[in-house]
Amino acid sequence: MYDKQSFIALQSIIIKEVTRYFRIWVQTLLPPAITMTLYFVIFGQLIGSRVGQMDGVSYMEYITPGIIMMSVITNSYSNVVSSFFSAKFQRSIEEMLVSPVPTLFILLGYVLGGVSRGLLTGIIVTIVAAQFVEINVNSWGILLVVVLLTSMLFATGGLVNAVFAKKFDDISIVPTFILTPLTYLGGVFYSIKLLPEFWQSVSLANPILYMVNAFRYGFLGFSDIEISTALGLILVFIVGLFSLAYYLLAKGIGIRS
Amino acid sequence: MSEKAIEINNLKKVYGKSLHALKGISFSVEKGDFIALLGPNGAGKSTTIGIICSLVNKTSGEVKVFDHSIDSELEAAKRCLGLVPQEFNFSQFETPLQIVVNQAGYYGVPRKIALQRAEKYLKQLDLWDKKDTPSRTLSGGMKRRLMIARALIHEPKVLILDEPTAGVDIEIRRSMWEFLTELNEQGTTIVLTTHYLEEAEQLCRNVAIINHGEIIENTSIKDLISRLDIETFILDVDKLPSEFPNITDVEFRQRDESSLEIDVAKTVSFNRVFEWLSQHNIQVMSMRNKANRLEELFVRMTETQSN
Repeated sequence: MYDKQSFIALQSIIIKEVTRYFRIWVQTLLPPAITMTLYFVIFGQLIGSRVGQMDGVSYMEYITPGIIMMSVITNSYSNVVSSFFSAKFQRSIEEMLVSPVPTLFILLGYVLGGVSRGLLTGIIVTIVAAQFVEINVNSWGILLVVVLLTSMLFATGGLVNAVFAKKFDDISIVPTFILTPLTYLGGVFYSIKLLPEFWQSVSLANPILYMVNAFRYGFLGFSDIEISTALGLILVFIVGLFSLAYYLLAKGIGIRS
Repeated sequence: MSEKAIEINNLKKVYGKSLHALKGISFSVEKGDFIALLGPNGAGKSTTIGIICSLVNKTSGEVKVFDHSIDSELEAAKRCLGLVPQEFNFSQFETPLQIVVNQAGYYGVPRKIALQRAEKYLKQLDLWDKKDTPSRTLSGGMKRRLMIARALIHEPKVLILDEPTAGVDIEIRRSMWEFLTELNEQGTTIVLTTHYLEEAEQLCRNVAIINHGEIIENTSIKDLISRLDIETFILDVDKLPSEFPNITDVEFRQRDESSLEIDVAKTVSFNRVFEWLSQHNIQVMSMRNKANRLEELFVRMTETQSN
């Protein structure tokens, strides 16, 4: 169905995407390292030392998986949303539209580009975290599956946002007003068991809670959420969002007149 | 029967609910042809090109590129086409080398071959020394040539150029003409839209004129020009005659203090004009066509259709 030429095209899109964020590394790779260092110093060391233990581990250890996941989510999303919207804005997306790259491979190219930036910043933040806390891994398998699926999900989300965006303001609305609040309320800094029952139930409607907790399980071996439920939910979201993104690209919505 | 590079049948495009950009146009381009697609602004030229190259969704009709329908064999059709659009549509932050090599990749050209071709085309188009410069810093002429290099990187059978020489200085325009003529001689079919009718007359063998979303003419440039029954000339003279002659199918007008404007029917020998001027001791210092011949015809045809 897809020949060698399609895979060369996919490779080209990924190279283009990776080259793009490396070219502007001061805007893409450096900020997460600085921001997350501040999180570790302020929340981990200064405040965390007074908080004491959370679920049997130090507060710093508790927040580490969430902070890594937070950078993976924001970077996967913002890479694709800004790259795809910029390609639309400069009309360089037409380079792909006139060429025989299958729609699926355009989608995969952008998503994998976003995933690669998400993972790279995740690694950078993990290296930063290792300066403050001893990193122990409970399950490499779960860790890798969760981080891969989550970055894939948010990279796809970034593409859907970019397809609908008409101006630069539109690409910052979702990260500012939806993604950031959901991340902060997604159990990065606290266990939902600390919340009253009503707010615990409300928190369960936040998809990021499942990702943060599944990732935390990969590191620490415990989670507020059942792992199978978390993985199942992430998969459902991926299938839904990926299908929507494919439909939008195939129809040419926002990119063809 | 000769092979068709592009076949368009009853192509329609409606923007929104009521803007009929194309009203069922049909025309074809022979393999190896160099054809001009002419028309005033908003006539439907770019929409037609956009549909052929999959940048615009058609409302109805059929488009085939080397017998590959864009409905059923879109990828095969796309492989035959190279597009140089009207507006710059590459990433301003990438270098020419990155732009053309990535484009080759989208067509499935392996990176090693892409790099070789990039060197070939960037050198041919005088861009090799700028290969690592961010493209936003290139001049307008360089950006146009970069888009030509990008369109050729997968070596398409058909090259479509949408006003490629707009805003380009005369020297670069001439060198682009030479390049395109050579490319056509090597077998590439070329479709060109332009507002410079001199360009169409110089380069193209055939012409399709589109106006208000309809094809109003599709013929050879030679045939089109042969239809021009009257030509207007401007003669710079050493003195003006006191009265104008009465020669059948020739009309004299005074243009200014030292020149005359003369309409001459194609059936009349120009010698009769010179004879008369000579009899009246009027020296012709220089002589030129008032306007580009094709331009006159084009204006006449599009005006007639509008009226």
